[in-house]
Amino acid sequence: MPKLPAPPIPPALKPPPTRPGEGNGRVSPADQAIEAGTSVVNWVDERTSLSGATRWLLFRKVPKGTNWFYTLGSATMFAFLSQAVTGVFLAMYYRPDANGGAYESIRYVTNDVFLGAFVRGMHKWGASVMVVLVFLHMGRTFFFGAYKYPRELNWVIGVVLLILTMVMSFTGYLLPFDQRAYWATTVGVNINGTGPLLGPYLSDFLRGGAEFGATTLSRFYAIHMLLVPGAIAALIGAHLYLVTKLGTTAPPWLRAKQDSELRKVEA
Amino acid sequence: MAAQRKMQQSKYTADRLIPGSFAGETVTRRRFMTGTAHGAGAVAAAAFTLPSLAFAIGPIFKETPHHWSVAGSESLFNEDNYVPVVVTITPGIGQVGKTTIYVRKHNDELDTDRYDKDTPYIAITSRCAHLGCSVRWVDAAKRFICPCHGGVYDLLGERVAGPPVRPLDRFFTRVSKGLVEIGPRFSVNSELRRFSPRDPGEPIDGIGQYLYPSRPSIRI
Repeated sequence: MPKLPAPPIPPALKPPPTRPGEGNGRVSPADQAIEAGTSVVNWVDERTSLSGATRWLLFRKVPKGTNWFYTLGSATMFAFLSQAVTGVFLAMYYRPDANGGAYESIRYVTNDVFLGAFVRGMHKWGASVMVVLVFLHMGRTFFFGAYKYPRELNWVIGVVLLILTMVMSFTGYLLPFDQRAYWATTVGVNINGTGPLLGPYLSDFLRGGAEFGATTLSRFYAIHMLLVPGAIAALIGAHLYLVTKLGTTAPPWLRAKQDSELRKVEA
Repeated sequence: MAAQRKMQQSKYTADRLIPGSFAGETVTRRRFMTGTAHGAGAVAAAAFTLPSLAFAIGPIFKETPHHWSVAGSESLFNEDNYVPVVVTITPGIGQVGKTTIYVRKHNDELDTDRYDKDTPYIAITSRCAHLGCSVRWVDAAKRFICPCHGGVYDLLGERVAGPPVRPLDRFFTRVSKGLVEIGPRFSVNSELRRFSPRDPGEPIDGIGQYLYPSRPSIRI
């Protein structure tokens, strides 16, 4: 790391340089704090070898030409993390009660809770942001040809993640339990029902019965906050593992170097 | 030849020469232990997964009891026009379980279809047969009109225009002590023949009645 230029301080105000041997035996509190932190990290690392895993995950070689398009995956993940965190805290106020309680609890969050409208707004608008980012990330992968061998499985996992994101959007839309939520879900469940043979049964599974009933809302709530987020988190783990293991691709406009050129560089 | 036979050892005793194994055993103890450990794990996992799954998909196979609710006294309805009434179709969940239906008295001139003979009142659902939005009866046009995707039905609930795949569903009706009561819902095909109720969007003409079967939860 290059040394920064010294700030223009008058010589009289500068701290006197330590003489050789003067600092011996005396440790400043800052040094002590750094020492304590280092020893804690060392204690953990000696027992887990996590530093190796971290190095493997973060300090890897990326191809020449890596650009801003490659950040769309991380952006999607942070959108998911934002949804997860705001969702956990919204769950502290939300009540999945079809008999008016759900709407009332959302109204309470929006109007009465400190920063409630802000946190709910982040969750609501963040949902759209996540869907948009998922598609941009998918488009990047497609147009850069990053789905090709040996990364096909990562494409498949990504498509499953896309579908799960859609499931999140669908189930989350019902939770405010206003007119829009109710009718959008009615239409959505009926669209599921138009699949031949299994469609009607899928509708019954989603509603928890033949008609929109008391358990439909809690069913959607459980799918929205427990079932699908767990699956998404696990699949993001698998997605990142494969990205780290296989590495990223160079952008398609970069030509691969000829074998002769590579030899020239090495020599 | 003998050497060849020795090569084709059973895969269950491939690890027979490990310490602790003895000649003649058909399944080595190591393999037996591995098998029982995996088996016990599978049984334990199934013990909580299968009941949970059955618990979640149980409602698909549950028969719901038929529910009759009062629409109003007989003097409320006439032969020529529909009267909207709000009835409870799913009891116990307040406003969400209610729906608007359109009721009129059986009219011998209009309801010439043989399937309608035994119903004292014609009760038509407000759920569009396309995707389940609310249709409303527009008196001036004598049509049911859906605001979502433009489905239009005539006085008998048969499709006139738009995307719906079948006529509007109907309800069984009966008269008890001067009150009109609304019973379970049923679907009709384009000839107004009765079928067990289907969800919106599911055609029941021709092959549709087999592709979109009625389910135990809703069968009448």
